[in-house]
Amino acid sequence: MSAVFEQIFQVGFLAAIIRIATPLAFATLGEMFSERAGVLNLGIEGIMLLSAMTGFTAASLSGSLWLGVLAAVLTGMLMSALHALFTVVLGLSQHVCGIGVTLFSSGLAYFLYRLIFGQQSVPPNIKGFQTLPIPVLSDIPVLGPAVFNQFSLVYMAILAIPLAAFILYRTPWGLSVRMVGENPRAADSAGVSVIATRFQAVVLGGALMGLAGAFLSMAQFNAFTFGVVSGRGWVAIALVVFGRWDPWRSAGAALLFAFVDALQLRMQASGLGHIPYEAFLMLPFIFTIVAMAVMSRNAVAPSALLKPFRREER
Amino acid sequence: MFRLEVRTSTPAWFNLALPLLAIGATLVLCSGLIALAGAGVLEAYSVMFTASLGDSYAITETMVRAAPMIFTGLAVAVAFRAKFWNIGAEGQLLAGAVASCFVGAIPMPGPLAMVLMALAGAAAGAAVALVPATLRVKFKVDDVVSSLLLNSVIYYALMALIEGPWKDSFSGYPISPPIEDSANFPVLLEGTRLHLGVIVALLTAPLIWFLIVRTTLGFRIRVTGENPEAARYGGINVERVLISTALLSGALAGLAGVGEVGGVHFQVMSDISPGYGYSGIVVAMLARLNPLGVVPAAIFLAAVMTGAEAMSRATGVPAFLSDVIQGTALLAMLVALLFTAYRIRRVGVAR
Repeated sequence: MSAVFEQIFQVGFLAAIIRIATPLAFATLGEMFSERAGVLNLGIEGIMLLSAMTGFTAASLSGSLWLGVLAAVLTGMLMSALHALFTVVLGLSQHVCGIGVTLFSSGLAYFLYRLIFGQQSVPPNIKGFQTLPIPVLSDIPVLGPAVFNQFSLVYMAILAIPLAAFILYRTPWGLSVRMVGENPRAADSAGVSVIATRFQAVVLGGALMGLAGAFLSMAQFNAFTFGVVSGRGWVAIALVVFGRWDPWRSAGAALLFAFVDALQLRMQASGLGHIPYEAFLMLPFIFTIVAMAVMSRNAVAPSALLKPFRREER
Repeated sequence: MFRLEVRTSTPAWFNLALPLLAIGATLVLCSGLIALAGAGVLEAYSVMFTASLGDSYAITETMVRAAPMIFTGLAVAVAFRAKFWNIGAEGQLLAGAVASCFVGAIPMPGPLAMVLMALAGAAAGAAVALVPATLRVKFKVDDVVSSLLLNSVIYYALMALIEGPWKDSFSGYPISPPIEDSANFPVLLEGTRLHLGVIVALLTAPLIWFLIVRTTLGFRIRVTGENPEAARYGGINVERVLISTALLSGALAGLAGVGEVGGVHFQVMSDISPGYGYSGIVVAMLARLNPLGVVPAAIFLAAVMTGAEAMSRATGVPAFLSDVIQGTALLAMLVALLFTAYRIRRVGVAR
């Protein structure tokens, strides 16, 4: 056991946790905004993949990583706007549309990538984001190099958590989002446009999913591969539930999952693993399913989740 | 002026017209991508058609691909009829594949092995589907998310098996040991891959249609989906119907995995399903949840997949076009379904 503990408190291990948590934090916050407004976005898996692709492509063609990030964010917004058009404006079933958006976006990502880069034996890569140490803070022992010597996108994710909490709990728009997710009829009576608010929340969520994709292809792997997302979108769906639709708890859930993931990577690498690593990867899903059963008694999910709103229907 | 009006009933020809409209719209939309790739749209589509349905061999290949999607399409159609939102056909398929591979590796007479493989696969799929259904009935847990998340659990369980106890110790590849030769499903046409499972899939569709339309259980499934309150008032145990639906749906998805193991791959690997579970949702929606419609819908998707590879070789358009077509078809079908809920009426400005 002591060998395991030694590894946990290494700087490299802490830094790895932060890096694994970053795309999950972006994606989880994005899904959370969407769901708080009453819209489940199962398009997340495909949206992250397409964003990773467009971001990588824009960065590789223009030579500018930030242009790549912009492309990824715009992609996320566009595809989630498509989801919002179907589910919010037209009131179609959210789960089927979400699967449709995921199938469509993934297909488009594969197709366009193959079209632009052809079939190469070695996938093209870019010089991705480099770590950017923050003066003074990065000199703090252990925590400094792990947290404050990271990619700029990591800092953005860290800042995004309090910002998301602030927007959701302290701004009029955040109040509207929570209202349309809990009781759209009441929100409508209070003069809040349910359709507009939901649309905005879904698109904002999409922007965050875009950042998640951008991080994967431009900071973590510096290349686009077909398995670049490999289920991280579904993990985010689980983490939102596990984090009880709250920005802080959701981000905490992302960190917890990243810890488990980093631990299994370490155990694999060090040959310590008597337990198959898949057992660790399963954990967030199993925990979430169990948590849903336990939590269901004190309904914490947004009440209007999955329910389309049509003004004329009573 | 035009306005949307709520429809109270839909004419029967809609069942055929809407999917055709959706598929037509999909092909038109995706022709933009073919043009973007610098190929002729008509040429690409005609190669796609010839390579998938143009001759008898091509048709058998398409049918082999359609079989798992007929099963997953039926699984989704049955579940959605009861408004049991089973997004987990992918995981149920994988569970069915693993269970049938386990049974198929035990030496025994061929016919017995095949029957036991089917039973084991169906049972495994049903067991997986039972989880979200039980959680919904007992704990009011949302079935969309729980069934979706189970896909990942089952996938990692499969990976743990093929990278652990099942791993090929000789080559080191993460693949399961093959099933016994005698358990391989018989090929129906010499020189093709058309196996017994394809026929079983084709026969299952009318069977499920009969079950849904003509039996008491089918009636209960439909009423539970359309109006659970009325169902309960009419003395139907809605919870029990949901559980039965889940068992049936999961068993069907499990059989998709059985066919892939017994008739196509003869073993289990990580990519045994290229998302057939999710394709099942596309198939079921195109079929308007009608079990008979599942067959042509599955054949359509299978033809697109088979044809895309030949189209790619002939025209250079990436074969991933088939994935785009699948996603577009689902979204187009959802939009087309609006016509069943609403009708567009011209409203006279002056009378």
